Amino acid sequence: MKNLNHKKKFKINKLFLTFFGFILAAIYLLPIYILLINSFKTQKGFFENILSIPNKETFTVENYKNAFLKLNFLRSFLNSFAITIISVFFILLFSTMAAWILVRTKTKTSKVIFCLLSISILIPFQSTMLPLLMVFKKIKLLNPIGLIIIYIGFGVSFSIFILHGFIKNIPKELEEAAAIDGCGFFQLFFRIIIPLLKTALIFVSVLNVIWIWNDFLLPSVVLTDQKWKTLPLMTYNFFGEYSKNWDLATAALFICITPIIIFYSWAQKYIVSGMTKWSIK
Amino acid sequence: MKKNNLKFWFFLAPALLCFLVVVIIPIIVGFFYSLTDWNGLNVNCGFVGLKNFIDIFTRDSGFLNSLKFTIGVSFFSVILTNAIGLVLAILVTKKFKGSKFLKSIFFMPNLIGGLLLGFAWKFIFTEIFSSISKLTGLTFLNEWLGTTETGFFGLIIVNVWQLSGYMMIIYVAQLQQIPYSAKESAKIDGAGKVQTFLKITFPLLMPAFTIGVFLSIANSFKMFDQNISLTNGVPYHSTQMLALNIYNTAFTNNEFGLAQAKSIIFLIIIASIGLTQLLITKKKEVEM
Repeated sequence: MKNLNHKKKFKINKLFLTFFGFILAAIYLLPIYILLINSFKTQKGFFENILSIPNKETFTVENYKNAFLKLNFLRSFLNSFAITIISVFFILLFSTMAAWILVRTKTKTSKVIFCLLSISILIPFQSTMLPLLMVFKKIKLLNPIGLIIIYIGFGVSFSIFILHGFIKNIPKELEEAAAIDGCGFFQLFFRIIIPLLKTALIFVSVLNVIWIWNDFLLPSVVLTDQKWKTLPLMTYNFFGEYSKNWDLATAALFICITPIIIFYSWAQKYIVSGMTKWSIK
Repeated sequence: MKKNNLKFWFFLAPALLCFLVVVIIPIIVGFFYSLTDWNGLNVNCGFVGLKNFIDIFTRDSGFLNSLKFTIGVSFFSVILTNAIGLVLAILVTKKFKGSKFLKSIFFMPNLIGGLLLGFAWKFIFTEIFSSISKLTGLTFLNEWLGTTETGFFGLIIVNVWQLSGYMMIIYVAQLQQIPYSAKESAKIDGAGKVQTFLKITFPLLMPAFTIGVFLSIANSFKMFDQNISLTNGVPYHSTQMLALNIYNTAFTNNEFGLAQAKSIIFLIIIASIGLTQLLITKKKEVEM
């Protein structure tokens, strides 16, 4: 009888947790929901009632069509896409190499370099921005290539910091065994280490993609040519122009959010599993 | 040994080189520029000594106001994001139907960039709040982002909404590493639920606090995108955080030398707060 009571209590607890959890989730999603319903309303419907879902008279997809054109979506999407992919690729390659050698080399130099890199996460972009702009202007790098170089320089420290935690968990014996079998140093790195780090690498790339894809400040000061404008830059300009046209603006917000939501639905399992395998130490 | 050394630097070189070029060298160069009247337009600029630094603390009250404002926003943001992040983490690590789904919902705001978030919330704070206020007569919902206080709370709300899911993931990772045996033996020793949490789980969570607080301090202090899109300093630059203040000093007023001096102080402030925090919380960590 006691056991039954216990079970019942347990069930009620779970029910309560589920209920509480979904209330919280609703609060988290509410802002997005409100934006979504308004993005499908005509301006008249918007002024009539901002909180209701669009009805037959007020429903429209015109906002999306307009916002799509005004954002020059295809072009700015491709700009963002190319810049993000290339930057993340090099960040991953360089920081995996560095993190691995930093874990495997147990010298003072190695320790100091790792500490310096970790601390540099605190460095705000503002403190390097102006001199960097001046130098890059002189060597004609105020373009996507310069931007990618800056992303690599800023991205490696955080990525090395995270990857360091993963690589520490790879047993050294595995590498030693491979070395005994005649596996060369580079082979070891590309054939053994990289495959073992699959989850970690996806995890780190997700974090970098989120950051670079959404970044506004850096491209706003580095990309001077109109044709290279990324999606966040176009959004900013758009809001400068249409700040009172919320019907159009909400649609534009959704157009910008959608690619990253699609990406997330693929990547989400790696975020949690990556974080779980990462040793915080 | 020599061969090992060569390998060491070879693997480190690409990352380190980019890091030096993009981060370290500009900081050093920037230090010299902070001693000049550089206006960003021409390269030739005159040496003015410590004038910029003195100006920051005597003439240009904007920086000090921004500093106060930034510390305020960061203080509440760091506490709230970590507290809420921990609650969310405890919630989603309880095994029940939908806990995985909830985890991805709570993390989702992180995907949306600061700029978009700022604009999205501007819509909520101005349009939605005022229409709710009209419907219900709750006057405190009126005219959000029009005053310094509402801008202040607005920035905190947006920051917490975005970062708490990130902190949740960090705490989830640590919670899952706490061995079940630790809690079980506490139970056998007669510890209640609350006691187990305070005496066992909480101390073992310390490494996650170190990282969580560190990352949330760094994120809140450096906040820029949310600031420019949500309040942009309105009213009268009173809701301008440090990063935005520096940005405007450089690009609106063309005072690059002054902006550089500010950014050096900014760097020193962030570094000293971050490092102090690391030292304090690291000490409290217990070995598992």
